[in-house]
Amino acid sequence: MFKILKYSFFDLMRSRWSYVYFAFYLLLGIVLLFLNNDLSKAVITLMNVIIVLVPLIGTIFGVMYYYNSREFTELLLAQPLKRPSIFLGQYLGVALSLSMSLVLGLGIPFIFYGLLKSNAIWDFSLLLITGAFLTFIFTALAFNIAMSNENKIKGFGYAILLWLFLAIIYDGLFLMTLIMFEDYPLDKVSLIGTMLNPIDLSRTLILLKLDISALLGYTGAVFKQFFGTSFGLIISFIMLIVWVILPVLRILYKSKRKDF
Amino acid sequence: MVSIQGLYKKFGKNKVLSGLDLEIEEGGIFAVLGPNGSGKTTLIKSILGMVIPNKGEISVLGKNIKNSSKYRNKIDYLPQIANFPSNLKVKELIKMIKDLRGKTAEDESLIKLFKLEPFLNKKLNTLSGGTKQKVNIVLTFMFDSPLIILDEPTTGLDPISLIRLKTLIQTEKSKGKTILITSHIMSFVEEVSDEIVFLLEGNIYFKGSISELKQMTSQPDFEHAIASILTTNHV
Repeated sequence: MFKILKYSFFDLMRSRWSYVYFAFYLLLGIVLLFLNNDLSKAVITLMNVIIVLVPLIGTIFGVMYYYNSREFTELLLAQPLKRPSIFLGQYLGVALSLSMSLVLGLGIPFIFYGLLKSNAIWDFSLLLITGAFLTFIFTALAFNIAMSNENKIKGFGYAILLWLFLAIIYDGLFLMTLIMFEDYPLDKVSLIGTMLNPIDLSRTLILLKLDISALLGYTGAVFKQFFGTSFGLIISFIMLIVWVILPVLRILYKSKRKDF
Repeated sequence: MVSIQGLYKKFGKNKVLSGLDLEIEEGGIFAVLGPNGSGKTTLIKSILGMVIPNKGEISVLGKNIKNSSKYRNKIDYLPQIANFPSNLKVKELIKMIKDLRGKTAEDESLIKLFKLEPFLNKKLNTLSGGTKQKVNIVLTFMFDSPLIILDEPTTGLDPISLIRLKTLIQTEKSKGKTILITSHIMSFVEEVSDEIVFLLEGNIYFKGSISELKQMTSQPDFEHAIASILTTNHV
């Protein structure tokens, strides 16, 4: 598996898109710091960008890489390699190179700005960790979609729909449910609803860490009670890990049954 | 060498292999023939484990291949369409495959044989179809495995390379290896193969030597013998 991982990783590191992605975050980090002149505020703005953009890039890159490396995959399948290790290696190659572009691209300008001496470092680390989690989650989901669809156009379509649903539509539906049932106590429902969507979960996690939960009103208080504690933090991370593991398990399951 | 029992495979509603039985003995060159869509590539890919059969058993070198990957160490496979990762150089690709499969010293003599030295530092997507096929052949023959599977090996090759390929196949045969070939070029098949396996609608229609086939169809030459099978079966 590690050999495949190595080749996928270096293959991606040499491709233009990794540099574009890296350069984009570098630029974003520099511009935000320059405009905001304040680390904590830059972190909040960054969160809004990361929460939406990272899943999108992860989805598109994952689908694109899978379809583009079909030939490579077929070459590997004829070698004495286990199928799960081929696909797991490729998946980790994509997810790791994307996470690296994210962490380095954002990390470098912030470190130069004096992050290490400021107290925003924990918020910033949390941001990068959730960003990396989102990359792993959405790349795995994208691999799942690509493996189930031979037709590239369909695969891309479903991938974009998935992103659209989790990043935008889910929130709308969630909000509508809350309004429809506003006469009932909804704190538990909204907590569970948040947990079931990795984007919402990441957003809530960061917002509450940033101590701006007062903006969220009563629900904010409930959330703060839950996510603010170490118990809530652990549960949230477990949920993110589950969100990585489930799609990866399906990649492994699918890889054993697919025809090439 | 390879033994297949009751192999079934369908893609969606399209039944490709229906209860195929095949026994391939050790040593010699076997040609798998058949019209387009008769299941040649599916059969080969099933032996390689790239296609997973719906039913049936395949064993290679006496071992059932289900859920196994190590047996592929004993197989050299030349895929039908030479598609490689496009942003790798020829040299890097050869190095990578060597890294994945283990050491070999054969690659340099093969590169010389097919005059590939000027292309070693070129990227794979800049190569012509024939050159890609030569790279493909080098990748296949550089390992010393007892079973060699060639899917349409002549595609895009110029006459000189074709002659080299034929000698290469004969030298491998003289080492006692088993070679499985699919091809639509009947003169090539007639020249190299010891035995033919004729597939029709997902099953074996004929297995035996070329002279037996000529006798059976009472045709004077190989090409017409094949054609007569196809016309009598309305394919």
